[in-house]
Amino acid sequence: MEFATNISLASLFQQVLVGLSRTTILFIVASGLSLVLGVLRIPNVAHGSLYMVGAFMTYTFASLFGQSALGFWLALTVAPLGVALISFLVERSLFCHLYEREHMMLLLFTFAFSLVIGDMVKLIWGSDYRSLTAPLFLQGSFSISGFPFPRYNLFLLMMGPLVAAGLWFLTNKTKIGKIARAAAVDREMVGAIGINVSGVFAAVFVIGCYLAGLGGALVAPTQNITQGMDHAIIIEAFLIVIIGGLGNIWGALLGALIFGLTDSIGILLLPQFAIVFPYMAVVIVLIFRPKGLLKSTW
Amino acid sequence: MILYNALFSKKTIIIGIVLLVAFLLLPYFLTRFYIYLLALIFAICLLATSLNMVLGFGGMYQFHHAVFYGFGAYAFALFVTKSGLPIWIGYVIAPFCSALLGLVLGLITVRLTQLYFGMLQLSLGSLVWAITYRWYSFTGGDDGIHGIPIPDLIGSSTGAYYFNLIVTAACLLLMYIIVNSPFGRTFQGIRDNPERCEAVGINVQRQQLVGQIIAAFFAGIAGTLFVTIEGSVFPDLMFWTFSMETLIMCLLGGWFFFMGPALGAVIIITVRTFVGIYTEYWTLILGLVLMLLIFFLPEGVLSLFFKKDVPSEKKEG
Repeated sequence: MEFATNISLASLFQQVLVGLSRTTILFIVASGLSLVLGVLRIPNVAHGSLYMVGAFMTYTFASLFGQSALGFWLALTVAPLGVALISFLVERSLFCHLYEREHMMLLLFTFAFSLVIGDMVKLIWGSDYRSLTAPLFLQGSFSISGFPFPRYNLFLLMMGPLVAAGLWFLTNKTKIGKIARAAAVDREMVGAIGINVSGVFAAVFVIGCYLAGLGGALVAPTQNITQGMDHAIIIEAFLIVIIGGLGNIWGALLGALIFGLTDSIGILLLPQFAIVFPYMAVVIVLIFRPKGLLKSTW
Repeated sequence: MILYNALFSKKTIIIGIVLLVAFLLLPYFLTRFYIYLLALIFAICLLATSLNMVLGFGGMYQFHHAVFYGFGAYAFALFVTKSGLPIWIGYVIAPFCSALLGLVLGLITVRLTQLYFGMLQLSLGSLVWAITYRWYSFTGGDDGIHGIPIPDLIGSSTGAYYFNLIVTAACLLLMYIIVNSPFGRTFQGIRDNPERCEAVGINVQRQQLVGQIIAAFFAGIAGTLFVTIEGSVFPDLMFWTFSMETLIMCLLGGWFFFMGPALGAVIIITVRTFVGIYTEYWTLILGLVLMLLIFFLPEGVLSLFFKKDVPSEKKEG
């Protein structure tokens, strides 16, 4: 009897840690989506596609730099920047001309963007699986008071708070963050006092997309890199942003925690229907608080 | 007779009758493949027009309309394969199942407006998709359900063609009447100015909910039409990308016109079928075409030829 509880406690502990690592990825991706939604008011459905591009780029750069530890770190740095560059080019050349249009047009434009990215990925990387191994010292697992825990997941757990702190600093302490928050509330007024709103929007859009790329880069060693990664993540990211409150970074964190933990504990309780648990949590939240748990920016 | 005259000009009636006769005669001149393609186009026309009832005429951001279409198709398929009752009853029950889903999702979503409404619908619709996708024992999971029996009368490709033609024509007529009824007028009023409608005593949320249910009902009918041609259902029918494609049809044809989305559906399905023969990168082409549309023809193909039926929506800040 004691043995059984021991096992379940160990597996519970492990599942929670795995859930928290999943939460990190979800948070990084969802916070980028939330940032763009909060300031630009665009539901960027291409966000998942950029995440996929981030993962594929990480793979390519890592093989380009040789499968060394240095190569891995370089790839992890360069790939999200590559994604940011793509989004910058698209934003400046096409997207920035559409800000005055209806939301529907913006949504459809991002959908067109995601269709183009999806097929470009197919053209460039083909439709095979890719997999990437983490550098040696992040491989394997170590034990936390007797329970084995993968090292890479611990690395992910450290990245989450880092990104959250960075975003907090960016939105609250820097000038561009403050302007972006003001523009989220009243963009005409911000423009009227002589600030280049379009430039601020570009910056926010690029940062949001960078986060998608970063999420993709971080997830690359933990799973197969495939076509279809984009569709898997985008709806989850949307749900997280909605239950957290649109545009609220802490809401994205809270939403990701709810989503990641219900998912991982669900796997423990009812493996076949694990997917239903996070969705149930979402529905319960939305019935009581249709605008999300925390205050949205608009 | 007065209503009749107000709704349809003589020209519309003549064009309608000519089109109907042409479509009735077409199967005698076409090969099986084209008959199948046209039957599919009818179903998608109905879907796109039902979306436009709430999108173009109601101003609601219906981001995930395909979920009602897929739900109708699944309801029909499950009824036919599991109940053992006459198949025709399925055609009646399935649209009501979709309407019920419209009611349930609508109760949650109509409390919000605009982008919030759309995103919430996208998410809840995806929830329905996820359950369908995972529930292997009931819905067949990602394989879907195949070999769904269809009544003999409409089981052949020509039979399915005529069935789809007649049902689609009847539904389009019905939707046209609804759009021009007092209910439809109120609906358009809400689109143009929700605050004023609220102020003159219209229950905006209830109107939107009813609109949602009606649109879901017609989408469900479109779903059953799809099953009639294909004999199978799969979760992709209610995947969000298909909703986006349906939105593109509305945009392409022109969502300020009643027949715009149907025209968009004809163009998209036809081009997809023929481009698909030459290249597997159809979505790349669709994406590029969509970008061009947004930049150069945001009011759709019909806006090149006609003045729009309704004034364009106000931009909101």
